[in-house]
Amino acid sequence: MQAFITRETLPSLPPPSTLKGPIAWMRQNLFSSVGNSIVTVVLVLGILAALIPFINWAFIKADWIGTSRDDCTSGGACWVFVYVHLKLFMVGLYPESEVWRTILVGAILVVTMAGLMIKGVPFKKYIQIFALIAFPIIAFILLSGGAFGLPHVETNFWGGLLLTLVIAIVGIVAAFPLGILLALGRRSSMPIVKAICVVFIEVWRGVPLITVLFMSSVMLPLFLPEGMEIDKLLRALVGITLFQSAYLAEVVRSGLQAIPKGQYEAANALGLTYWQGMYKVILPQALKIVIPGIVNSFISLFKDTSLVLIIGLFDLLATIQGAFASPKWLGYAIEGYLFAALVYWVFCFGMSRYSQRVERSLKTTH
Amino acid sequence: METATQTKPEIAVSLRDVNKWYGEFHVLKNVNLDVERGQRIVICGPSGSGKSTMIRCINRLEEHQAGQIIVDGIELNNDLKNIDQIRREVGMVFQHFNLFPHLTVLENCCLAPMWVRKIPRKEAEATAMEYLERVKIPHQAKKFPGQLSGGQQQRVAIARSLCMKPRIMLFDEPTSALDPEMIKEVLDTMIELAESGMTMLCVTHEMGFAKTVADSVIFMDAGQIIEMNTPDEFFNHPQHERSKLFLSQILGH
Repeated sequence: MQAFITRETLPSLPPPSTLKGPIAWMRQNLFSSVGNSIVTVVLVLGILAALIPFINWAFIKADWIGTSRDDCTSGGACWVFVYVHLKLFMVGLYPESEVWRTILVGAILVVTMAGLMIKGVPFKKYIQIFALIAFPIIAFILLSGGAFGLPHVETNFWGGLLLTLVIAIVGIVAAFPLGILLALGRRSSMPIVKAICVVFIEVWRGVPLITVLFMSSVMLPLFLPEGMEIDKLLRALVGITLFQSAYLAEVVRSGLQAIPKGQYEAANALGLTYWQGMYKVILPQALKIVIPGIVNSFISLFKDTSLVLIIGLFDLLATIQGAFASPKWLGYAIEGYLFAALVYWVFCFGMSRYSQRVERSLKTTH
Repeated sequence: METATQTKPEIAVSLRDVNKWYGEFHVLKNVNLDVERGQRIVICGPSGSGKSTMIRCINRLEEHQAGQIIVDGIELNNDLKNIDQIRREVGMVFQHFNLFPHLTVLENCCLAPMWVRKIPRKEAEATAMEYLERVKIPHQAKKFPGQLSGGQQQRVAIARSLCMKPRIMLFDEPTSALDPEMIKEVLDTMIELAESGMTMLCVTHEMGFAKTVADSVIFMDAGQIIEMNTPDEFFNHPQHERSKLFLSQILGH
C-alpha cells in the first residue's frame, strides 16, 4: 500500500475560477459542441419566427385607444376592445358612481399586502391583525354598502376582476384554517373526529367543483324553507371554501406526516398540550414543507373561480366573453382571451414568486 | 441538595408490576422499581430489552397497560391533568435530540417555560441563558439547531429540559447518535447535572458514566429487570449469566 502523507497543514485555497462573462457562458451552455450549436441556432430561429409576427401584431401594428371598433384600422391587435371595456372587466356592472369604493378597497388591499410583504416594515403584528379582522369588515361595508350613507350594491352587480378576487381571497383565507383543522382531524386518535374528517374530505374531493357550484345554486334553495334566500355569491363562496378546504387538508396532512415522530414526542415531553404543540412546533414545520403544495392549490383555486360563470356570476373571464360576444365587438376574442390570460398570469405568478420568497426566508439550515 | 438527616427517603418514581404490550409482543413484564429523590440510575441491557420503553412510560410517551406508575406522588393514568402535571416535572433527553429546527436555540429553551409555565419572555430568556451557560454554549443562542454539531445539539436539548426546572430527568440513550469525539462533552454535562443532585434515570451504555455517577445500575433483558446493583458490584461481579455475557460483549473489545 502506498499513501502520500502531508507533513504540513495545507492552506485553504479559493475554488478554481470558473469561466465568467456572457461569451464564456454561451460557449459553455449553447455552443459546447457542433451538435449543440446546430440545435441552438435552429431553436433561436424557430422562436424568432414565432415571436416576431406576434410582437408585430400585438404591439407594433396594434391600436390602443379609441371608442369603437372603427378605431381599429392598423390591422394589428385591437386593444381598443379592452380599453373600452376596462371598467366592465375590472368591476362588472358595479354602478359607475360607486366605482370609487372598489378602487378604495383595492388600494387598502395593496397597501396592506405591501405592509405584510416588504421586509423592515414595523408593526407587522398589527398589520396582520388588521388584514385578517378589520380589512374583511371594511371591504364588505365598502363593497356592499347599506351603511354609513353608502348606497347598497347588490352582489348581482359585482363582476369582473373584483368578483374573481373576492371569490379567490375569501376562498383562500377561509379554506386555509378549515383545511388545517381537517388535516389534524384526519390524523386524530379520536375515532369519531377522524371518521367525520375522512368522510368530509373524501366526499368533497370526489365531487367536481362545477357540481358543487351547481348544487349550491340550484339545489340548495330547494331545501331551504319558503321565503328564505341566501345570497348567490355567498352560496358560491361557501361551496368553494368547503371544496378547497378538502384539498388543502390533504396537502397539509402530507406535511404533518413528514414531521418526525421525535418532534411530537419532544413537544409532549416538555409538557406542551396538543394544541400548543401543534401551533408552536408541528404546524410551523409542516406548513413550511408544504408551501409549494399550498400555493399550487391557491393558484388552481384562483383559476377555478372562472367556473362561477355557470351559476350566473360574471367574473373576469365571463365579462370578457360577454363583451366579445356582443354584436358590436364580434371577432375580438383573441384580444379578450389574451387580456384574461395576462391578468390571471400576473396574479398567479405573483403568488408563486411570493411563496418562493417565504420559503427562502424560512430556511434555517446552512 | 440532599439533607443527611432524612430518615425516610422520598420516592421520586415508583413502578409497580408494570406491564406493556406492543400488539401481541410483551415488552415490559412485571417491572418493579423505586427511585429515591436524588438517585442516579443507569439502565442498560441488550437492544429490545424494554429499557427505552420503560423510561418512556414514566412521562407517558408510551402507555402502560397494567400496573401502577407513580411519579412525584402523582399516579399516571388516563387523567390528562395528571399527565400534564407529570410532564412538567419530568424532563427528557432523546437519542436524536429532537430540537425544534425552526426555532433558534434560545427559542427552543424558552418555548415550554413561556407556554406551559406562563413565564414572561424576559424571565424565560434569562433562565435559558443561565442554563445555556451551564452547558457551555451561551454564544450559540441565536443560531438554529441545524447549524450546530451533534454534541452541541444534545447539550442544548439538556438545557431545554432544564429550563422547565424539572425534578426528574430521563435520558434515552443520549450519546448513541453522537460521533465519538462529541460523547465526552455531553457526558461531562450529565455528570455535572448528576453532581447537582438531580434525580436521573439514564438509559445508556456509557459504562464510564455509570461508574462515575450512578447510585445503581439496572440490567434489563426481555422486558424484565434481571439485575440491580451498585456500579462496582455490577461491573466486577455480575450475578446473572445474561449480564455477564452482555458485559463481556460491550467491554470485550
